[in-house]
Amino acid sequence: MPETQEKTFELAINGKKQRVTATPDMPLLWALRQEAGLAGTKFGCGAGLCGACTVHVDGVPTRSCLTPIGDVGSGKVTTIEGIQDDPVGRKLIDAWLAIDVMQCGYCQAGQVMSAHALLKETPRPSAEEIDAAMTGNLCRCATYPRIRQAIRIASGQETV
Amino acid sequence: MLDTLEPMFDPAISRRGFLRVSALAGGGLALSLTLPVAADAAEAAEPVHLTDFVTIDSAGLVTITSKNPEIGQGIKTSMAMMIADELDADWAKVAVASADFNKARYGNQIAGGSFATTNEYLPMRLAGAAARSMLVQAAANASGLAASELTTSKGAVRHAASGRAWSYGELAGPAALLPLPKLETLKLKEPKDFAIIGKATRGVDSARVLRGEPLFGIDARFPGMLHAVIETPPAHGGRLKSVDTKAAEAAHGVVSIVRLAAMGGPLGMPDGVAVVATNHWYAEKARELLKAEWDLSASQGDSLTRFDSEATRLHGLGPAAASATEIRRDGDPTAGLVGAAKRIKARYAYPWIAHATLEPQNCTALYRDGALEIWAPTQSPMPGVDQIGKLLGIPADKVTLHITRIGGGFGRRLANDYMLQAAAVAKAIPGRPVQVLWNRAEDLKRDFFRPGGWHMFEAGVDKAGKLTTFTDHFVTYGGGDGNPHHSSRLDGTHFPADLVPNLSYRMNVLDTVIPMGPLRAPASNALAFAFQGFLDEVAEAAGKDLPALMMELCAGEGMFARLETSWAKTVETSRARVRGVIERVVGISGWDKRPRGHDGRGLGFGFYFSHRGYVAEVADVSVDGTDVKVNKVWAAVDVGNQIINPTGAEAQVTGAIIDGIGQALAQKIGFTDGAIEQRNFDTFPLVRIGAAPSEIEVSWVMTDNPPTGLGEPALPPVVPAVTNAIYAASGKRIRSLPLSELA
Repeated sequence: MPETQEKTFELAINGKKQRVTATPDMPLLWALRQEAGLAGTKFGCGAGLCGACTVHVDGVPTRSCLTPIGDVGSGKVTTIEGIQDDPVGRKLIDAWLAIDVMQCGYCQAGQVMSAHALLKETPRPSAEEIDAAMTGNLCRCATYPRIRQAIRIASGQETV
Repeated sequence: MLDTLEPMFDPAISRRGFLRVSALAGGGLALSLTLPVAADAAEAAEPVHLTDFVTIDSAGLVTITSKNPEIGQGIKTSMAMMIADELDADWAKVAVASADFNKARYGNQIAGGSFATTNEYLPMRLAGAAARSMLVQAAANASGLAASELTTSKGAVRHAASGRAWSYGELAGPAALLPLPKLETLKLKEPKDFAIIGKATRGVDSARVLRGEPLFGIDARFPGMLHAVIETPPAHGGRLKSVDTKAAEAAHGVVSIVRLAAMGGPLGMPDGVAVVATNHWYAEKARELLKAEWDLSASQGDSLTRFDSEATRLHGLGPAAASATEIRRDGDPTAGLVGAAKRIKARYAYPWIAHATLEPQNCTALYRDGALEIWAPTQSPMPGVDQIGKLLGIPADKVTLHITRIGGGFGRRLANDYMLQAAAVAKAIPGRPVQVLWNRAEDLKRDFFRPGGWHMFEAGVDKAGKLTTFTDHFVTYGGGDGNPHHSSRLDGTHFPADLVPNLSYRMNVLDTVIPMGPLRAPASNALAFAFQGFLDEVAEAAGKDLPALMMELCAGEGMFARLETSWAKTVETSRARVRGVIERVVGISGWDKRPRGHDGRGLGFGFYFSHRGYVAEVADVSVDGTDVKVNKVWAAVDVGNQIINPTGAEAQVTGAIIDGIGQALAQKIGFTDGAIEQRNFDTFPLVRIGAAPSEIEVSWVMTDNPPTGLGEPALPPVVPAVTNAIYAASGKRIRSLPLSELA
């Protein structure tokens, strides 16, 4: 199919079916933000270098700025708007708020999505594992110490 | 989706006129009421607009308006805290709204210069106290008790003797009918009575951000909204010669192509071709089909390598033969150097760097019926509104500006170029809201950069190890008028001026078309590295360490002059406060027991005074070959007698420290013939989590001075603290940045 021809995709976003009409090459990021009305996922670099656009596709952290909507298929997409309802997501957000991680806040949705993927794989990550898992997520305000701490709190390794 | 970008109350329902509390130039305060109170009683159903800062509904929910742009510095929260505390609101029942731009009502609305805490601490508290006083009077009127018998706490007026209490919700209606109190009748709290100020308080929008609510400029959404990207000259100073738009016009989703002519001068917008489409993605794809020809003659030879060579040549000549302009001369620097027991000479250089806010520049606008409504993530709305008026040929009062939450400022959004672009595109497609959004390459390309610079220092110490002579031949950049740009200026008051008998500051200015602008602690963020780095060398030659040299230079009482570089305002620097933070950081870091063997680990020190804040920092650094790891940083910070929001304040300090480390590690912008070379975070690497120290210890040095801002002053000293620590660890002096370029 020509990349320039629009098609209607039925996406599974945050547990709901949502129809999005777009060309198949449109990155999932723009489909989410501008077609599906979900603004929580952010645009930072368009090249997979900053992590602000991180979502989950079938539970796998994915840079939505590099993922054509045509490739998503029946994959279950979870965004920051949907992670609230997940028990690990809730713990992370509670920890994030308890120590008020954010400054400008722009990267934080992507940070939480990456942290969520880490805790699903590694429920009690070490300091090195936290840094390794979060290295793809830039924070221009440099909230990194509190990101580390919030992940330790959410994983039960530290109390507030 | 729209509602989060709109004010929480309609300014049109204001019945009170303007409560305007503003700082006067002389340090006094003005509380002005510009309109009389309307006689109609507030209907109980509607929230009562008590003052321009305080609205209360019948259930007692207090909505506080925070007037300055929120860029992550926490001001939306801390200014609301100032108001809420003097109001004696119950913080659990406070909502905070962002003000739209409204010069008449709010005066200056700017995020810059770490000014807000300094300038707004008293006015905002008075705004809270004014509302409180009206509520107390309303309770007095209702009860027949004297206002002096009544107290307030947690959102209620109370009468201790009888145990009676009136909630603010029930008092708001009658209170709104009362005249605004006179400024001189308002009594502010003693700090010991603060219930909100000084308590760690979560950002008022944090939970909303984590729910993914559309708060940022880029999140603005309206039915039928279009998306624009703008092709701009590949090199600075370029002009559009011609453009073939046929292929782009035919591309999928494209609605319109709009040509933009440069306007607004150095802080304005360049020539451009806007591609307007139904989705940002379609606009980006169509942009690639534009065939534009540019006149790039203005920037030929405007190359970093040429400027580097020129600076080297000028330093080789020396300031006299290079005809360097004298900035300041005290005593006899030439004789001072000749007569010195020891002479120390070194050359320091630092690169151009970009702001790289994570939210790329963007702006949303709607033009209809001769008026423009605009949603802008701007740190400084006022100049943008004025320029838009000129651009569109409409009066400034036909421009309605909503200030959105901002995904990082760092000074970038003090310029309003993206607002002009959005206004120009919106005017070309009246009736359709349109969002201009830059991609990362555009954002790095069209920054207003922190300029680089070069310093040739020479100093002399006498037999007793006292610094007697200090000279700097500074080569810096200007925009073409022969003067250095304000972000690349060395002022005659710069430390250690006033403190050394023989002193000479001279400069040569290299003109460039590359745009310059303030970046977090402008000028200071570069000068701190050079001056504190060189003074570390001087201290060593004098047989002492940098903290000891600084203590000696700042001995005694009194003040010395210091120019606030970015705002061209001279403020006095207190010797005692300099010593206070140095003593503290030396104490908490174990400085006196530091390793001294250049054997892989070392501590380094840096002090800087900027934006009225005194900050001394010590970095603990490991060096293994070319691998540099900052293990820990200690910061001693004096910003006066009150930390407004301790959790936010600590975040500003730790963030600034890691930001500074990131700059030193690997950030550099290069350019050839006016074209910026970096296009994304692979070549302009922002600091990542692994480079953040595992610990940062912040210690507040409380002094009896009014509180001042924290967005900037903790950044400058960390750069020399790290580079001086690298020397301590490795024996290798770091005289140029970034560290990634050093062998």
